[in-house]
Amino acid sequence: MVDKEHLLDLMAEIMDPEIPVINIVELGIVRGIENGSPPSIVITPTYVGCPATDMISEMIREKLDTAGYDNVGIKNQLSPAWATDWITESAHEKLRIYGIDPPGAHTPTCPRCGSANTKLISEFGSTPCKALHACKDCLEPFDRFKCH
Amino acid sequence: MSVAEKYIGAKTPSKPETIYMLRLADNTLILGQRLSEMCGHAPEMELDIALTNISLDLIGQAKLLFEHILTLEDLAPNADVLAMTRPLEQYTNCLFVAQPNVDFAHIMLKQYLFSTMQKLQYEALLESRDETLAAIAEKSLKEIAYHIRFAKTWLLRLGDGTEESRTRMADALDCLWRFTGEMFVRDAGLADAVNAGLSTDFTQHYDGWTLEVESVFTEAGGLTPPETARMIMGGHQGQHDDNLGHILADMQFMQRSYPGLKW
Repeated sequence: MVDKEHLLDLMAEIMDPEIPVINIVELGIVRGIENGSPPSIVITPTYVGCPATDMISEMIREKLDTAGYDNVGIKNQLSPAWATDWITESAHEKLRIYGIDPPGAHTPTCPRCGSANTKLISEFGSTPCKALHACKDCLEPFDRFKCH
Repeated sequence: MSVAEKYIGAKTPSKPETIYMLRLADNTLILGQRLSEMCGHAPEMELDIALTNISLDLIGQAKLLFEHILTLEDLAPNADVLAMTRPLEQYTNCLFVAQPNVDFAHIMLKQYLFSTMQKLQYEALLESRDETLAAIAEKSLKEIAYHIRFAKTWLLRLGDGTEESRTRMADALDCLWRFTGEMFVRDAGLADAVNAGLSTDFTQHYDGWTLEVESVFTEAGGLTPPETARMIMGGHQGQHDDNLGHILADMQFMQRSYPGLKW
């Protein structure tokens, strides 16, 4: 019998390859565990062409194999489509500390000095999930999670 | 079976579902490939990143479609072989997506016209009998909204910008407009897909689309599409112009020289 709680705990040990302060459960990539014998980890891509998607699958596979769950499968699920709402509240604070303005309806805010006096530099940032902004007070550029 | 036979070429789809999905997949693959040519060549760093991000989205959408096609019909040993190694006449993308980049105005106008069409085309898949296809459409639509916003901003900026930027955008419209009709043609491929419950007929929105893009042209420095005696078509039937051949030469050279080669 596979312990689902244990599987989820294992998944929470896997950090996003591009944003190594939040794990793939907080990010909303892990949808849950599907019952079955053996069960499957259900995951969803953030962006369809995101190169990290394949890498995350490999990291999950390695984690499962190392823990002796080589019979547990990985299932891709597209619908409902991932959106920034899937990112947990606890991850928002971690993103801010890491220097990324978390997604949400709020005015873009500089994660370094907290100023809301900012400008958009580019709708496309260093990864598919981020846009590039700059703070007009402390003058530092910063990434913001795209609302999606 | 020789190595080349195993890794080069794919069967032609025979079901309404796979025929139509291959068209969708080829559209995004070829436009994505075109955009990827700009990697390292855009006017500034942020635009370079933006163009390659959009390219990545489009190729990602194509990947999902090719993989799904293979679950419905055994056309090739894997999605890479299906996507990359067919002879030219087996590609069924519209001529529009293979048009050359020329300059930044062309690239942005092409993206705007394609993405606004793609939005309608994919919304018509949301109620598809094929749940996987509906999910791919739902996912892609979130990205398409972003592509439209980005391309529209630049269309307005350039059309309503300097004399040179406006001239370039006007030239782009003159060149590209004649290929837009094929994106909305209600041919047998689409009609069969509609009958199979795969898609609704999105071409009913052609007039609405035309009005919408023309109002944006007006806002973009008063651009007007050229008088077009007839739209140029043929891609859906595999009758392509020179442009696709050059793209395929780039895409296929390595696999045709060394079949089965892995990165």
